[in-house]
Amino acid sequence: MTVVQQPEALRPTDAVPLERANYGDRAFRIVLTAAAALIPTLLAFLVYQLWTGAQLAVGRFGLGFITSSTWDPVAEEFGAFPLVFGTLLSSLIALVIAVPLSLGVAIYLTEFAPKSVRQPVAFLIGLLAAIPSVVYGLWGIFVLVPALRTTAFPLLRKIFGFLPLFQGPIYGPSMLAAGIILAIMVMPYVMSVSREVLLAVPNTQREAALALGATRWEAVTTAVVPYARSGLIGAIILGLGRALGETMAVTMVIGNRHEIAASLFAPGYTMAAAIANEFSEAVGDLHLSALAYVAFVLFLVTVLVNAGARLLIWRVARGSGAGSSAL
Amino acid sequence: MNRRTLRRVFSNFMVGLMIGAVIVALIPLFFILINLILKGAGSLSLDFFTRTPAPAGETGGGVVHALTGTLLIVGTACLIGLPVGIGAGVYCAEYPTSRLTWVTRFVADVLNGTPSIVVGVFAWAWIVATQKHFSGLAGSVALSLLMIPMVLRTTEEMIKLVPNSLREAALALGYPRWRTSLSVVIRTTLPGIMTGALLAIARIAGETAPLLFTALGSQYLSFDLDQPMAALPLTVFTYATGPYEEWHQYAWAAALVLILVVLVLSLGARLAIRRRFTLNG
Repeated sequence: MTVVQQPEALRPTDAVPLERANYGDRAFRIVLTAAAALIPTLLAFLVYQLWTGAQLAVGRFGLGFITSSTWDPVAEEFGAFPLVFGTLLSSLIALVIAVPLSLGVAIYLTEFAPKSVRQPVAFLIGLLAAIPSVVYGLWGIFVLVPALRTTAFPLLRKIFGFLPLFQGPIYGPSMLAAGIILAIMVMPYVMSVSREVLLAVPNTQREAALALGATRWEAVTTAVVPYARSGLIGAIILGLGRALGETMAVTMVIGNRHEIAASLFAPGYTMAAAIANEFSEAVGDLHLSALAYVAFVLFLVTVLVNAGARLLIWRVARGSGAGSSAL
Repeated sequence: MNRRTLRRVFSNFMVGLMIGAVIVALIPLFFILINLILKGAGSLSLDFFTRTPAPAGETGGGVVHALTGTLLIVGTACLIGLPVGIGAGVYCAEYPTSRLTWVTRFVADVLNGTPSIVVGVFAWAWIVATQKHFSGLAGSVALSLLMIPMVLRTTEEMIKLVPNSLREAALALGYPRWRTSLSVVIRTTLPGIMTGALLAIARIAGETAPLLFTALGSQYLSFDLDQPMAALPLTVFTYATGPYEEWHQYAWAAALVLILVVLVLSLGARLAIRRRFTLNG
């Protein structure tokens, strides 16, 4: 075996540039690493700040904070159950309204709509997501709530008045108004993520169902939706995460009362709305700490909800490439 | 009617329902935009953009203090958020196997889903509570925290679209890695990264909740980020929930201006993205 001699001219004679390049690479990586590491550090700091801020209230009320219903800043007695209840109920109303609508739109756009309709409609619904929360609130106060008070609410009471949900006096600002505003706000998110998920369903699924003689609707219900099911559930839970943390629009139409009522026409309160309203005017450290406790609970709930949603979407989107942009 | 026609009729019926859903979904959009124009456009005048608010009860005045405030607060948020977001995005795209990449991506997702009001409480506890006074800067910090995960995501996605052959070509020509990244990879994706940044700016420009107890709002024109500062979304909120009819008109006008700013930013960004890159879907 002959050893191949490297010609003199090709041997790297100037090692300096390479070394310098190495320094450059290292510096580049250090700067980028600092930026990337800053983000987990900030989150840890956020959790720490919320937790220390809540310590006073945690020490005084413990876990009973979440199940107690008194909220009296003067007597320094705080319980967040009405807030938790209001947050969950308003988000639930929002989902009941928004989910059929957004799934309908998403299925129509991916499976049935002519090409010329798809982009414009998706674009217009995307515009809804760009409208700031406070503008929804403004519109809610001056247009939606008066309209609901004079027409929709009396009608609902007349038809469904036998249910406790639709009984009692009609004020205007109410749990139901908040749910409707939230429905409008989360719809674009649920719609666009569901659309991404449905686009990730392979065409062979549809073709197989159609070839067996299914109508187009049957192809959707038997072949497309079951394939995308966990992704669609993920999209809905992602919408839930949005609804739980939404602040401005809700606080402007929900009536802001620490009460639990059976009627959807009655005013209520949510965790986010209570923080927004009371934080800058809080009297005393315990009041502030109770609000920080509320913020901490809200943070935990949204993290859990979002993590669950992402896991479900990831399971459908894995391997197809599509859907990743929706995350 | 035999069974087959029945099934076809049902299919068409469901399509009809879905078209109905599309129409119902679009109704709020049209109502919101029409109301904004009808109720807001009347109060727009030169004074509206150049003067500070008149004392309560008097007519006239404008929102120049809020426009300046929004510009300063959002500008400062960009100074903090863009370098961190873009840097971390480049890191995640360039070192995809690193464990830090996994952690950062996960944390960015968590932050993305965090309610903005919670971020406001954090900025309050961190800055306002330690300094003992409200400040525009605290608002900027809160907004930058909201923008970082969005910028990170788009930066990473955009860099992943760069074909590997381009990177290999640069390396083959003897460029070190950092120069390949900076002058080849990042340079080709710069328009994409910038549009991602614009989208994030459009989003935080309309945020109210994180500013409520950080920037707080004010009635005066101020350029001092260390003091309470007005912002357009805060002005909409204060005027909308205030008792005076005059204020309500100003709230509509301010909301119209706010939504024009937000829509121009995000539409511009979206159009630019669509022209330059064809993404999935």
